[in-house]
Amino acid sequence: MMFVPGNNPGMMADAHIYGPDSIMLDLEDSVTMAEKDAARLLVHNALKSIDYGNTEMVVRINPLNTPYGKKDVEAVVKAGVDVIRMPKTETAEEVRELEAEILKVETEIGRVGETKIMAAIESALGIVNAYAIATASPRMMGIALGAEDYSANLKTNRTPGGAELLLAREQIVVAARAAGIACFDTVYSNLDDMETFRKEVELIKTLGFDGKSIINPRQIEVVNSVFTPTEKEITKARAVVAAIKEAQAKGSGVISLNGKMVDRPVVLRAERTIALAVAAGVIDKEEVL
Amino acid sequence: MVTIGPGEGLQVELQSSVAAQFGRQIKAVITETLEGLGVTDAHVQAVDKGALDCTIRARVTAAAVRATGKDVWKD
Repeated sequence: MMFVPGNNPGMMADAHIYGPDSIMLDLEDSVTMAEKDAARLLVHNALKSIDYGNTEMVVRINPLNTPYGKKDVEAVVKAGVDVIRMPKTETAEEVRELEAEILKVETEIGRVGETKIMAAIESALGIVNAYAIATASPRMMGIALGAEDYSANLKTNRTPGGAELLLAREQIVVAARAAGIACFDTVYSNLDDMETFRKEVELIKTLGFDGKSIINPRQIEVVNSVFTPTEKEITKARAVVAAIKEAQAKGSGVISLNGKMVDRPVVLRAERTIALAVAAGVIDKEEVL
Repeated sequence: MVTIGPGEGLQVELQSSVAAQFGRQIKAVITETLEGLGVTDAHVQAVDKGALDCTIRARVTAAAVRATGKDVWKD
């Protein structure tokens, strides 16, 4: 998910050319208070006019308790946004308030139920309430960590190793999985240190995240290369899926493949590997067994 | 950048790096946007560097909203 400032029409027009899975147009932190009205109109018109193809379009709105939040909701829902990213989410109640605002606008335009919600969790309270937030609405499609505000709230600093974020990251992944929705990691803002960025992406993939927020097209390739399964992984996954199908045909739920037990968790991991390979475009959907 | 001031009818003054190619189109977008907002009398100064129509529409609307104090979104 690539962050693009909502007050930069040039970037908004070009962002999808670099091929991110999703684009998040920002009306919150990257826009000054004096420019909130103009940025809202730019984002509304861009969403209505620019052909972003299959790219998932997300808009980060201002909090509903500011003078801008409700107008942001109206502007982006009327423009047909896919997902509204809610900043600084701390409670399930806040998600339900947003849900009610979205429904009001959707009812007005006759597009009920189309707008999804992603909640950014950026405080200790939000982390404590992560599962309640993740399950607050059927519109919830994901939760994401906002590490800058979270670190400040914890009264610590961000470090290259990310020790200060470990609990938050694990909590977000566990809450998202328990709720059956997606989870996205925070941004890494030092564009001159791609090595640490890669390590961070490898770490969050290991923790179970579905993806990473990015701030520059240069970071797309690193995220895609870490998340795309290798040929060896794909071959192994295919063998597992084929073996279990064969076993099931014989009426068994467990088999041995190359001397190792293959049971349901192994099959689930193999299926996820194949799904990621299809999503990354390294194998065709038709090729899947 | 779009600036809107008082005027009689819609007068559009355009400075654009692509005026020769798209001047007429840009002026049409500005006029249509203002008419859509119910603005019939205004003097518009627009400085363009090759913006997309959707950007021009947004800039003109923002300038009109600021000039009239009337918002296009509900409070």
